[in-house]
Amino acid sequence: MTGPVLSVRNLATSFRKGQGWSRVVNGISFDVAPRQTVAVVGESGSGKSVTAMSIMRLHNPEKSRVEGQVLLEGRDILALPEAQMRRIRGNDIAMIFQEAMTSLNPLHPIGKQISEAILLHNDCSADEAKQRAVALLDKVRIPSAASRYDDLPFNFSGGMRQRGMIAMALACKPKLLIADEPTTALDVTIQAQILDLIRELQREEGMGVVFITHDMGVVAEIADQVVVMNRGDEVESGSVRDIFFNATQPYTRKLLGAVPRLGSMAGEPLPRKFPEIDGVTGAALERDVMPDTVRHDQPPVLSITGVTTRFTINKGRFGRASGRVHAVENVSFDLMAGETLSIVGESGCGKSTLGKSILRLVKSQEGKALLNGRDLFGLSKSELRSARRDIQMIFQDPFASLDPRQSVGRAIAEPYLAHGMGTEAEAGRVVGDLLEQVGLSADMAQRLPHQFSGGQRQRICIARALALSPKVIVADESVSALDVSVKAQVINLMLDLQAKYGLSYLFISHDMAVVERISHRVAVLYMGEIVEIGPREAIFANPQHPYTKRLLAAVPIPDPDHKRPSKVADVTELRSPIRDLDFAPTRRDYRQIGEGHLVMA
Amino acid sequence: MSSIDANPALSLSRSRTDMLRKTLLSRPSTVFAVVVIGIFTVVALFAPWIAPYDPLAQSFFKVNQYPSWEHWLGTDQFGRDVLSRIIHGSQNSLLFGVMAPTIAMVVGTTLGVVSGYFGGMVDRLVTRVIDMLLSFPELLFAIIVAAALGGGFWSVLLVMTVVFIPGFARVARSATLAVRQEPYIEAAVAMGIRTPLIIIRHVVPNMFASTMLMMTLWIASAIRLEATLSFLGIGTRPPEASWGNIIRDGLTNIFGSPWAIIGAGFSITLVVLAFNIIGDALRDAMDPESAE
Repeated sequence: MTGPVLSVRNLATSFRKGQGWSRVVNGISFDVAPRQTVAVVGESGSGKSVTAMSIMRLHNPEKSRVEGQVLLEGRDILALPEAQMRRIRGNDIAMIFQEAMTSLNPLHPIGKQISEAILLHNDCSADEAKQRAVALLDKVRIPSAASRYDDLPFNFSGGMRQRGMIAMALACKPKLLIADEPTTALDVTIQAQILDLIRELQREEGMGVVFITHDMGVVAEIADQVVVMNRGDEVESGSVRDIFFNATQPYTRKLLGAVPRLGSMAGEPLPRKFPEIDGVTGAALERDVMPDTVRHDQPPVLSITGVTTRFTINKGRFGRASGRVHAVENVSFDLMAGETLSIVGESGCGKSTLGKSILRLVKSQEGKALLNGRDLFGLSKSELRSARRDIQMIFQDPFASLDPRQSVGRAIAEPYLAHGMGTEAEAGRVVGDLLEQVGLSADMAQRLPHQFSGGQRQRICIARALALSPKVIVADESVSALDVSVKAQVINLMLDLQAKYGLSYLFISHDMAVVERISHRVAVLYMGEIVEIGPREAIFANPQHPYTKRLLAAVPIPDPDHKRPSKVADVTELRSPIRDLDFAPTRRDYRQIGEGHLVMA
Repeated sequence: MSSIDANPALSLSRSRTDMLRKTLLSRPSTVFAVVVIGIFTVVALFAPWIAPYDPLAQSFFKVNQYPSWEHWLGTDQFGRDVLSRIIHGSQNSLLFGVMAPTIAMVVGTTLGVVSGYFGGMVDRLVTRVIDMLLSFPELLFAIIVAAALGGGFWSVLLVMTVVFIPGFARVARSATLAVRQEPYIEAAVAMGIRTPLIIIRHVVPNMFASTMLMMTLWIASAIRLEATLSFLGIGTRPPEASWGNIIRDGLTNIFGSPWAIIGAGFSITLVVLAFNIIGDALRDAMDPESAE
């Protein structure tokens, strides 16, 4: 074994802030050996991406200061002149980013972008570069690589684009690959493929990998060594098994304790809160099972039958309809009072469109949505406005769904006042009360959204949804953008509110581990259709449809001893839901497996 | 619930006037701008009392005089006191310079927001009309209107306003299109808020900054346009004074009496600068992240 490829010594990065400097990374040290993967883990704002950028020297030198040493095979690259550094970037160290779409030039074919990288760092002809680019695309398992050489980035799906990025990163056989949250924006099944691919390529090429992530499940799958970061400080580092089984620092234990584990709820039909993590010791205190909030004795509060939403694609000179996206196809289900029904599926499966269709934020072609017996699809505009009191929505991005110029108090009071539920003075009291309900304090009402953290903003959105005392809340990926520990807190809050007010949730999510905690029932959506629906316990313990099985198998398990069988060859992508105009959907039959557990036959 | 009574009624947002006062008085540059505009407003309002001479009184014996204790900015080719003309001219210039962009902003922004928010037929109609207005050179348009309505205060104001409307409508429309895509608009729809309220509370405040900055920039164009119109005999007619026609008169006599151009030009520059500084400050004050 030779020496480490990369060794980082006391790396400290500061950014200019007004007149002074503010330290954002505070003395990080680690080594990466060839064929080794070091995971840098931490919550948002912990400085993990800043560390990666500092290694690559990608910060603006006028506004930042990087101290310490970064030794690439013994050579300190922080001391190199910029011209030499440029030769190292892409050649010796390659980097892949979270958003493959924004890292690729949308106007150039993917193949050309890869051969450009080859030409920049190698002395070879254009033809040769093209051949090598095709070989690389082949290597990252892009099917029929040669014919896709000239495709533009938008022709590729998210997972394919990330493969393209990896191919580009590998173009010059780097010694070190820095991957900054490369799978965070991808679906679990695609994530599993990309992780397999990185592992496989690492073995073939013998490179070292620095893998930056916030997801402990991914760490367990891919890492050999782990560095845990918190607010710019290195908390703990060690081998992956040491970190997972013998963590000494409370912060590490807290981070691990907050990670939802799939299968931890076997044998429990009811939702349960996430364990409370003791801030000092990091010990997890398991919570009691929630009381049964479902009112089986009442008619369903929301009843959906045969909802179908299609979007017409206009193409050509006269904008003639050329095809239809079958986003939601003949979906039916009932939601009881006090019940949580989760809609799960991968991106593009139509789960968000389904939520918006029910609220009539997008127009459906067919179907009925009965809310307390009234069909939302048949209401006039003003009737619909008053009906929306009973069904509220919480969006994925809490910052974007709050008006940046409106104080949060105003935002929460707005629906209350708009529906004429009370006077201005009463609204003030309600706002204070709601803020306390969601765990904030009443005197925060005058602040603006940007003065809150991500988790607090989502609490504000929940408070706003509660202002109208709705019966049903549609939560569209409402915790996906939050850090694990914050995610657990928000889910616990939602469970408390359900127990208190008997709310029904339509919980739209791709995160199976969260779904397992919060749901009573689960519906699996695939290409706009429900392929399996039933009690949560039955779906997780006894999945019947192949797609459900695949979805569950792809969830990373935060246990380094559990190694998933590698299935690199599997590059199945979601099929396209775009159909011809004269396409007639087939009638689907459902098979009953158990009590309320239906599977598409 | 007991906690409802425990919380006294809260004021939900901070006072607007407080914020405005804080913004305008916090920086020396904005204080300067406010003072400048204040002085010019007073001068315009009380011109007959402040001006040392009758601005129209000609004197054959005092043609093209240099500045003196008697005539601070000298006299023009007709022997009129330049300072008095500038003081009187501020009435017309400020009136048109501020009024035309303001009216145009209100009308243009309304058109743009409505067309951007609703789209469809409304949008197509508004956009076509705007394109049509933009395709006319402004002078040609002014001559057409003057021919139809005759000159005079109201037709000048109408011409200037109509010339400025398309720009505001365009800026407002594109800003609205961007804001309309924001999830908080969708959230407001989902909460059952009425469309007019969504537009007033969420769309306009979030697209207004660019429009307002544009208005302060266009005060300069308005003063210039008024001068051009005066030259054509549509605007302020000689011998009555406006900063625009003082400059135009002065231009023909630049060697005899440069003081007219210098004085009026300096006034225009000062006023425009002051409005721009205030526009900048207001934009910063309206940006939620920079407040505080």
